[in-house]
Amino acid sequence: MGGTERTASEKADFKRELTDVVPHLRAFARGLCGRADMADDLVQETLLKAWAAQERFQPGTSMRAWTFVILRNAYLTDMRRNRFRGEYDETVAERILTAPAGQEEPIHLSDMHRALLTLPPERREALLLVGAGGFSYEEAATICDCAVGTIKSRVGRARAALNTMLSDGSIPKRSLQDDAAHRAILEELDDVAAGNGIAARS
Amino acid sequence: MNSDKTDMPTPRGAPAANRDGKDPEWANGLRKLYDSVVDEPLPDSFKDLLEQLDTKD
Repeated sequence: MGGTERTASEKADFKRELTDVVPHLRAFARGLCGRADMADDLVQETLLKAWAAQERFQPGTSMRAWTFVILRNAYLTDMRRNRFRGEYDETVAERILTAPAGQEEPIHLSDMHRALLTLPPERREALLLVGAGGFSYEEAATICDCAVGTIKSRVGRARAALNTMLSDGSIPKRSLQDDAAHRAILEELDDVAAGNGIAARS
Repeated sequence: MNSDKTDMPTPRGAPAANRDGKDPEWANGLRKLYDSVVDEPLPDSFKDLLEQLDTKD
């Protein structure tokens, strides 16, 4: 795609930047697919794809945003092959969040993560990008290859759903292992994947 | 397909975040969830993979 052969120093820069974003890729992947081992497999796949596609990276632009697109596409592909069932690894998150001053009930990280995993994937990724990863709506829209208004809507709906779940404690325990729910997710993924054509496809 | 139209209002009864200018308490938890992974030490498998990249040209 119009790239020219990189010099050795450009390759070194690329690798340094790629190395720097690995912790962020792991965090994004963990939020997307729930299980630490699967998330790390996804990140490794992403790193290999990013390295192979490095001539398409524009130096000076955001490596984090660029690699998130690759990770997202790999996730959608794997999800469609049924590799991820949104399973949640309970052992990861027995840690308790510090309760904000004046709050009686601390939110458990495990509740937070489980609630997150019940969201439809496109809302989950939107919330992760904006609410956890600190991307602007514009950047998140670029990563997800959709309109800014769509991202805003998805984040708003994700927030409303989490508000409800976390305030009533009504987090579905097994909805993602439920076949009907899983089918619904796969149908939604068709929509997500349909608008899925940014540079980093590989 | 049409579920993400921006002209659809937030459902009543599920108060939107930031209505009162404050994030709900879980918003901080979401960042903590993310940051807790960012702050984890990198497993050796990643160091190995990154080292091997240079030989993949």
